[in-house]
Formats: sequence, C-alpha cells, structure tokens
Amino acid sequence: MEQTLKRPGAAGNRAKFFAGGLLIVAAVVYLIFSSTQLNAQYFLTVNELAAKAEGAFDRNIRVSGAVLGDSIQYDSQSLTLRFTVAHVPGSNREINEQGGLAKVLHDAVNDPSRAQIPVVYNGPMPDLLRHEAQAIMTGQLGDDGIFYAEELLLKCPTKYEEAVGDQAG
Amino acid sequence: MIANFGFGALFITLLISIYGVVAAVYGVRKNAHEWIESARTAMLLTFPLLTLSSVSLIYLLVTGQYQVEYVALVSSKSMPIYLKVTALWGGQAGSLLFWAWLMAAFASAVTLRKWDRDRELLPWVIVVSLITLAFFLVMIIFFENPFELLWQSAAGITSSMFRPSGSLPYIPRDGNGLNPLLRHPGMIIHPPMLYLGFVSFVVPFAFAISALITGRTDDRWIRITRRWTLVAWLFLSLGLVLGSRWAYDVLGWGGYWAWDPVEIAAFMPWLSGTAFLHSVMIQEKRGMLKHWNMVLIILTYSLVIFGTFLTRSGVLSSVHAFAQSAIGPLFFVFIGVTFVTSLALLLHRWNELKGEGTMTSMLSREALFLLNNLLFMGILVICFWGVIFPLISELFTGQKVTVGPPFYQRATGPLFAGLLLLMGVAPLAAWRHSTAKTLGKAIWKPFLVSLLVLGVILFSGVRQPAAILGLWLSALVVLVTLYEFWRGANARHRKSGESLPLALWRLAGRNRRRYGGYIIHLGVVLMAIGIIGIEVFQSETQGTIPQGGEMRLGQYRMTYNSLAMWDTNDGRNVARAVVSVYKNDRYVGDLYPRRDYYYESQQPMTIPGVRSTVEDDFYVLLVDWQPISTQGATFKVFHNPLINWLWIGGWVFILGTMVAAWPDREKEPVRERSRTRMTSPKSSRATTV
Repeated sequence: MEQTLKRPGAAGNRAKFFAGGLLIVAAVVYLIFSSTQLNAQYFLTVNELAAKAEGAFDRNIRVSGAVLGDSIQYDSQSLTLRFTVAHVPGSNREINEQGGLAKVLHDAVNDPSRAQIPVVYNGPMPDLLRHEAQAIMTGQLGDDGIFYAEELLLKCPTKYEEAVGDQAG
Repeated sequence: MIANFGFGALFITLLISIYGVVAAVYGVRKNAHEWIESARTAMLLTFPLLTLSSVSLIYLLVTGQYQVEYVALVSSKSMPIYLKVTALWGGQAGSLLFWAWLMAAFASAVTLRKWDRDRELLPWVIVVSLITLAFFLVMIIFFENPFELLWQSAAGITSSMFRPSGSLPYIPRDGNGLNPLLRHPGMIIHPPMLYLGFVSFVVPFAFAISALITGRTDDRWIRITRRWTLVAWLFLSLGLVLGSRWAYDVLGWGGYWAWDPVEIAAFMPWLSGTAFLHSVMIQEKRGMLKHWNMVLIILTYSLVIFGTFLTRSGVLSSVHAFAQSAIGPLFFVFIGVTFVTSLALLLHRWNELKGEGTMTSMLSREALFLLNNLLFMGILVICFWGVIFPLISELFTGQKVTVGPPFYQRATGPLFAGLLLLMGVAPLAAWRHSTAKTLGKAIWKPFLVSLLVLGVILFSGVRQPAAILGLWLSALVVLVTLYEFWRGANARHRKSGESLPLALWRLAGRNRRRYGGYIIHLGVVLMAIGIIGIEVFQSETQGTIPQGGEMRLGQYRMTYNSLAMWDTNDGRNVARAVVSVYKNDRYVGDLYPRRDYYYESQQPMTIPGVRSTVEDDFYVLLVDWQPISTQGATFKVFHNPLINWLWIGGWVFILGTMVAAWPDREKEPVRERSRTRMTSPKSSRATTV
C-alpha cells in the first residue's frame, strides 16, 4: 500500500525538482546574457580606434597601446594624467610573430608612422606608467579625438618575469 | 655542479614516476602484490628526491650562482636571505618545480596511510597521482627548466643544461632581483598556500578515479578523502584571502579583488570544491548524488590544472599582453585528455552509481544542499564565461569583446545573495522530510530578531538596496548560527547539567564537522559584511594640499605635516609623508603614506598609510609631491567602511575549517562514535522535528 502511494508522489516530486532546477538555470542564463550585454567592452587596437568615426561605439571601449614616455604629463593639482599611446598589434599570435611583447612595444614607440592616440585619465599616477609600457585602458573616445580612460591598467615587459606585471590605476 | 645535481634528481624522479605507473598497472594485471608495493615505494621516493632538487635550487639562489639563468632572473645580491629562499616560487620555472615538490609531498604522504581496508584502490591512486606528477616533471625538465645555465659563445648568450660546443660559461655579476611588488609577506605566503590547495585536491581526485576504475562505488572514497578535501579547501581559501590582502596592501588602488582572469582562475576550483564539500555530505547521509560528486571532483581537478596553467603562463591574464609560453598547448592537451578519460570512466560506471534514495521534500536539507550546488555552479559558469568570452566573441564575430568587473558583480551578486540566504536556512532543515511548517517553526525566532536588525539598518540611513539586502541576510545567518549553538548547548546543559560554556565546548568537540561548518559560515558572513562595506560604501577623494593644509572625507579630516626623502642601503629612495588624521575633529593618529623608488629596477612602489579599525579603514596614498620645495603634496584618500571584517572573517573561516578537519581519535573504540551519534542534535532533530 505504502509502495503504491509513494510512487506518484515521487514522480510529482521529480517534476517539481526539475522545474525548480530549470528556473535556476534560466535565471543564471539570464544573468549572464543581460550582464554581458550591459557590460561588454569592445577590445580595439589603436589602428581600429583611429579608423572608426567618433561615437561609433556607444559603449565602453578597451584599447591597448605602447606608452610614449615623452608624452606623459601629470598635473598633480587636478590629478590629470595625459599621455599618448602608439598602436600595437592586438593578438598574442601577432605579438609573438613580431618578436615578443618587449620588442613590439619598443618598435611601436620608435615608429612615427604608427597610429597614435592621446589619452586623458584622472587619478593618481600609476607606478608602472613609463616609456614603452603597455597601457590597457577602458573608457570612451571623445568627439575631440581624445580617449578618456576611466580605468588604466599597465603592463611592463620589465626584466622581471611575468608574475605581477599588471596594476590597476 | 649543484645545478646538474638538482636536474639529475628531477630526471630520476620522472623515471621513478613512470616506473611507478607501469609497476602499479602491471601489479594489478598480474595480481602481483610485490609489484604494487614496489610502485608504492616509488611514489614514496618522489618526495625525498624532489626535496633534493628543490633544496639544490634554494642553495643556488641563496649562494647567488648567477650562471643559473633562473637564479639570475629572480634573485640579486642585495636581496635578504628569506627573499632569496622564497624566490623559489618567484618565477615560472621555479614555481613549477615548487608545485611538483608539494605534489610529491602529498603523494608520499598518501602512501603512508593505512591501506588495509582499501588495498584495491592503492594501485590506481598511485597511477593517477604519479601521472599528474610526471606531467609536471616533463613540463619542467623539457620546457621550463630552472637549472639551465647561461653560456656565452660567438652567437651570443644562450641558456641550456649542457655546455654547447664552442661556448664558455657566462656568469653575470648580479641577478635581476625579485619584482619589488612581490616583496611583501602576503606575496611570500600566498603562492604556497594556493599551490598547496591546488595539489591537495589531486588526492581526492585520485581516490575518486580509483573508485571508478575498481568499481568500488560506495562512498568509501569520500570518507577516506574527506579530510584531504577539507585541507585542500583550507589552503585554497587561505591563498585567496592572502592574495586579496596583498592586493589591498601593495597594489595601492584601495581594492582587494579586481576580477582579473588570474584571480578567477584560482577562484574557480574553489567554487567547484566548495560545491563538492557540500554535496558529498548528501552522499554520506542519503546515498544520493553519486554521479554529481564524481562530476564535481573531476571538474575541480581539471580547474586546478587549468588554474595552475593560467596563473603560471598568463595566457588569458590579459588577452592582449603576455607572450604565450611553450607549455600552453601541452597543458591544454593534458587537461583535455584527463577530463575526457575521467568522464568516460564515469559513464562506464554510470549504472553502478545509482542513488540509493530520492529527494522527498523541496525543503529537506538535501534539497537545499542541491540548491547550494546549483548556485555555486552558476557562479562558476559565470566566471568561466567571463574568462573565455573574449575568445568566443572573436571566434564568432571577429571582434574581441571583453567583460569587466561590473559584469561579474551584476551576474554573481544575486547568486551570492541566494547563497547567504541558504546559509541561514539550510542548517535548520532536517534530512529527508522537512516542510515549510517545520522549517518555519525552527527559524521564526532568529527571523524576528533579524527584522529588528533590518530596522536598525534602515534607521541608520542605509538606502542602497544591495546593501540592505546583504546586511539583513548576513544578520539572519549570524542569528540562526548563534541560535543553533545556543540550542545545542542548552539541550546538553539541561540533559547533563554541565555549565553552558562547557556544554558548548563538548558539543562542538563531539560534532566537529557540524560546528566547524557553522564557524565557517560565520566567517563567510563576516567576510560578506566587509565586502558589502567596501563595495557599496567606499568613498574617495583626491587633491593637492600645501604643508599644513587639510583634506576632508566624510567624518575624517587629514592634515599634511611634512615630507622626507632618503636613500636606503638596499637601493631604494623613500619619500614618506606624515599626515595627521582627525575623526569628527578628534585627533586619532599619524599616518605615513610613502613611495619607494627602486633604483635598480626603476620602479616605484606606492605604499599606503592605513588607519584600520573594525568600523572602517582610512587609506591614504601619496600620489605626488614637489621635491624641491616640499611645499605641497598630492594625496588620494579612500574611506573603506567595514573592510576589516573581510580579514577578520577570513580568520574565523580558517578557524572553522581547522575545527572541521581536526583529526578525530579514530582508533578509539566504535562505542565512542555511536555515542556521538546519539547525542548529535542533527539526528535528534530528524526524529523530533
């Protein structure tokens, strides 16, 4: 008797669990897709950025480039940091083909024909900002052709092996 | 000489590992006990051998033998001795050796346990552990050899283990030294902890695979590895907390966690491991979820290898930056092969792993544990998605698109809140049968008190929905947990007449796993409070002020007193400001934010001045100054409310894990255990509620 009573209950339970599980999976999928859409940042090279018309992107852009040491200006009154970055290739493969990150950065700053873009950032001067560092910036391209960075990440092909290498600014 | 010796030890370990695998398999095939014993001895030997190898490298580092390329890369004459020793894991090649060394320590320790009851698992545990170890040894010996020497020939300077023809030894006068950013106590302990966590997860995985191969599909493997898993989890958690602390103290951006892919790589095995820790309890209590537990441990192992690979090779750490290391493809192949093989084994035993029970109630403890698992998996999927999204988007659209911290915060936030709620509810639910009514009966008292706390939160002027929800849930969990402690202790107090504290002590001592778990939950909640504090309430300001001038942030006022600069004898130039901090116009102390400039590496390092209390941190960075006049200086100031609870919670969490993992006096008679079971409130509730 008990056996026969239990069976339909178990089946009903299974359906309930299945529905509950599906609900959670659906919620996770929704969270992933909506958050991706809201927060996706296009990863562009300086070349690509220079080629696009301003305002072509209504969302945040991530761009990386080689820092030109002479262009670094820092106004410590307003904490406004200005510098210019030169184009470096976007993919690891290209970087490796051209002799590694250190060489790519070195070539980039010494090649005046490369596309360059001025950057403005407000905040403390990051420790790792220097000539031939790689800057990875998140922000928007202004109508004035200046890239307004909200977030500044630096990587240095220093003589130190990988390990830390990056630092949020 | 020493370099060759260390390398030789490495090579012999590889041969012995391969021998161990072959001998174990052969022993099983031929049913030859002596071969299996021989394999066991082989595995035991890996640790002493790799100790020789690691000690050789440490010796080379400490004595400054810069002909060894690795030594030249990560150490220098001016470094203090403890940094020279810890430079063992300061670079890629050395840290892989360190990984293998720790792995061998665990493998050797496994051979020393009593195997009488589990004889048939032994050969396969050896096979899995030694294959993993051998993989890393191959990686080290053939691709990332820390013992390679520098040679100079007409073509330039090369590095190789043996002298190329026509070359002379090249001995640099000094080494590069360790990156200054890594010269911090947190950074010295953080990698070993993370690695210990990583390697110790190999042990439960090895047992799981052995269970699959031998068809011993009961929960024996789980019982054997329970403590291993807890220890692995403890180290992994410690590694994550120490890493956050290092970021907070050293990186100078007022944060502790940046959702960097490398951080996520270490976080992912923690997520699946945590899910595993919870779901094995369902298998032990109810004989269910056997497939799922296998999936979780296989996943955790793969994520451990993946994490080691990511943190070491830096392939994903920035999609744009690091050069790919030669070991990348090999890692992928190894992860792929082990993952597919493990899953194939699992499918092979699928039918034998049928669960013994079924879920009976949506609110039973096992159902809530399952929900907990789903949430952890959800967070894991979100993390994984975030890490690989740039690759996916480039593959499909040709456009590289990344997601930053806001993505992770928004996507994982609701799931973390769900986990907090579960931590409050699940401990009160009974196994098997639990209804809204019984659960409500258990929870209503702490729930009512938590509403009072909610009132206080609202009254104190908090208006951010995320903070209100998070703090209220935290309060609920704390109350439920304390209530559980009180209920258990009180019941014991009434029954046995022991004083309340003694009753609590004995109760927790008898049910270490349960009460350790509660302490862990308390720790997590305290950490959550710290995280809510800094994420929601952090405020900052910046500005340049003249000497004697002041800056304000909230209730705080800071005056700039003086600035001094000097050279140290270890090659730094230090610029140190002295500022006085006032809270509500009452003087609370001086802070010394400074910037160290390392001449040799031309790298500055910003070290914050922090006034830390349980209420908040006042965090001052020295950004810039006018060196000649020393008239004005620029500061960036953060106010980080409640952040200290993150670290305090971390300690509580570790304490709880140690309580849960503390060895029982297992050899005591069985009587002892059955008595524990009788007084356990868990089983008494299962019958009374």
